[in-house]
Amino acid sequence: MKHPSEEELFAYREGEMKDRGALAAHLAGCAECSAQLEKLEAVFAALDGIAVPDPGQDYGARVWRQIAERLPQKRQNWWASLLQPQRLLAVGCAAALLLAAFWAGRVTKKPNAPAEAAADAGQVRERVLVVAVGEHLGKSEMVLVELSNRNADTQGNKLINISSEQRRAENLLEENRLYRQTALEGGDNAIASTLNELERVLLDVANSPAEITPAQFASIQKRIAAQGILLKVRVVRQGLRDEATGRKQPLEGQPGGTKSDSNAKARNKA
Amino acid sequence: MREANETLEAGGISDALAVERTLAGEREAYRVLVERHSHYVYRLAYRMTGNPHDAEEVVQEAFLRGYQKLRQFAGNANFGTWVYRIAANYAIDRLRQRKNEDARRETPSRPAEGELGVDPLAQVRDAAPSPERLAGSAQLARRMQEALQTLTPAERTAIVMRHWDGCGIEEIAAVLKSSTSATKNTVFRAVQKLRAALSPFVHSGGTARAAGTES
Repeated sequence: MKHPSEEELFAYREGEMKDRGALAAHLAGCAECSAQLEKLEAVFAALDGIAVPDPGQDYGARVWRQIAERLPQKRQNWWASLLQPQRLLAVGCAAALLLAAFWAGRVTKKPNAPAEAAADAGQVRERVLVVAVGEHLGKSEMVLVELSNRNADTQGNKLINISSEQRRAENLLEENRLYRQTALEGGDNAIASTLNELERVLLDVANSPAEITPAQFASIQKRIAAQGILLKVRVVRQGLRDEATGRKQPLEGQPGGTKSDSNAKARNKA
Repeated sequence: MREANETLEAGGISDALAVERTLAGEREAYRVLVERHSHYVYRLAYRMTGNPHDAEEVVQEAFLRGYQKLRQFAGNANFGTWVYRIAANYAIDRLRQRKNEDARRETPSRPAEGELGVDPLAQVRDAAPSPERLAGSAQLARRMQEALQTLTPAERTAIVMRHWDGCGIEEIAAVLKSSTSATKNTVFRAVQKLRAALSPFVHSGGTARAAGTES
């Protein structure tokens, strides 16, 4: 074996060399290379000689005293973060739709029987929600599809810019939370569960750096594929679309619930 | 790395619980995390910045940022690792900023980060005092400290995270915002420069000692 380069010796020391046996054998018989390796070891031994001054037993308490005053008294609740200017638009749209759903339920025709009135109001509210959540899922699907289909050079070293997807994921996150909460309150467990899974993927994307390495990008793509979230989003979205266009009639006439209750049950069953 | 202790300590609560309580609005719960991880983060900060004053600033900033971003803390890593990364990110930004300021002040500029001259190690050698002036292992350590200062911010971060804290290449790459192969090169380049700085004091057998002293 020819003399290894310094880089190979370092890789050997770090345990990152594939064919360690050959190099080990060479080192056993080559005083020159052994001396080179020892010089590398000497570097690390010398580094270990650099002492870090002890900041004192009470250092942690001192740090706390120094930063405590600069921390907000109480952390923001999740909804407070929605009021940040860059998120107001997305949240405003989602809130407007929810409000419209509520208002629509109140102002639609006033039937004679109170039970019928409640059923009709629920139905209209549900219709608006179905459209809003469907749109939200459509936008989320686009982000995930773009990330999944992006043909990044995963072998290269060039950083991949995902700032656009990241921003969109961040905005979608807020909407997602609102819809998930609403779906949960309405007993729509199937939609809530899909939104919950979607939220985790959106969170991953939103929290990634704007520029990531090919390996990090591949890991995001892998996560999207592994959770099968795209398929779930498509199935739920299609179901909602059918419902909105009236192609699929939800179960009706079940005792002990309004029509919208039945819709939720039908979706949960599906 | 991984001195971070997530287990329950005497009279204390786990990191996970402290994070949960802080997020629920109990600000004092964050104190547990600060007190538990400050020393650990300080060691990283000192090794990266090379002086106690800057190190303390890095520690404070890391915990402040950690508090602000706590909601993003996914809970899939331990808090110590997470705040360590925040500190490393902040420290490297600081080092780069300082380097740029220094470069603006000094007319003969140093090579940019990652840019190697004909002999990348010459700079380190030139900066070295003569061996005769060194005496004792404390001086050897000081020499290494000086050699560390000549590394680029990325090289310094890489060697600190790799050697002292045993971080994986992927983890270092994430802080450097670089690829794994480029990060491996950065670590090696740092080792090369340090080896060159130390070479006048390394004798046969690989032991390093200051001139005139016995190791």
